[in-house]
Amino acid sequence: MTVGELAEKLGLEIMSCGSRALNTAVTGVYSCDLISHAMAKLNPGNVWITVHTNLNVAAVASLAEASCVLVPENIEISGQTLERAEEKEVIFLSGGKSAARFCYEILSLLESPS
Amino acid sequence: MGNVVVRDYMIPANDFTVAGEASSSVRKILTQLGVTPHAVKRTSIAMYEAEINAVIHGHGGKAHVEIDENKIFIQISDEGPGIADLELAMQEGYSTAPDSIREMGFGAGMGLSNIKKHSDLLKIDTEINRGTTVNITVFFNK
Repeated sequence: MTVGELAEKLGLEIMSCGSRALNTAVTGVYSCDLISHAMAKLNPGNVWITVHTNLNVAAVASLAEASCVLVPENIEISGQTLERAEEKEVIFLSGGKSAARFCYEILSLLESPS
Repeated sequence: MGNVVVRDYMIPANDFTVAGEASSSVRKILTQLGVTPHAVKRTSIAMYEAEINAVIHGHGGKAHVEIDENKIFIQISDEGPGIADLELAMQEGYSTAPDSIREMGFGAGMGLSNIKKHSDLLKIDTEINRGTTVNITVFFNK
């Protein structure tokens, strides 16, 4: 499943780097708001769900090779962060549900035999 | 005798618009050199944490990096306040980061323990009111 397919299935808005969404594969999901945990535990290709929307999120997502950052609960993402995301080629997704709900839905999609 | 790649970076104080840039640059170099993804990840984690520590606690500083075919050596030095109790600072969960930093998701008290966990050699020299130097080595074949 690609980030683009994920966004379509879950009704997520692609906020940055949309051009990469169709050829970036999703390998799993990790949800944490502590930067050090995310840095150490994110695996390449993971969707990173976090309520943080500061500039560091783009830097960490890039370093950890997350497939994308998913910001839940329609939390606003600043223009400055999205600019940084474009520079770092990090896809930001936005959606209205909670982090827990998104984890469940992403894991269900990844684990469903298709 | 292989080539040695040497890089030096400035780490600006309290500037989160560029925090992580040195680590990001080194990650790119290692990837281009064909270093294994596992070693790239370990290096990225260890260096990012040390870089962020310099930004948050050390009034900024500098990074010196040497890469050869077997390993990367990273030295991050600052002229900040130093670490009063290094043993305590190494403990997971211990942090002196202010609330403004914690609100960004830092300050979990995992920086130094993450560096230790993801490096092969770690040496920290620190002196109160003089600064801190963190020396990290990651071997590529581990």
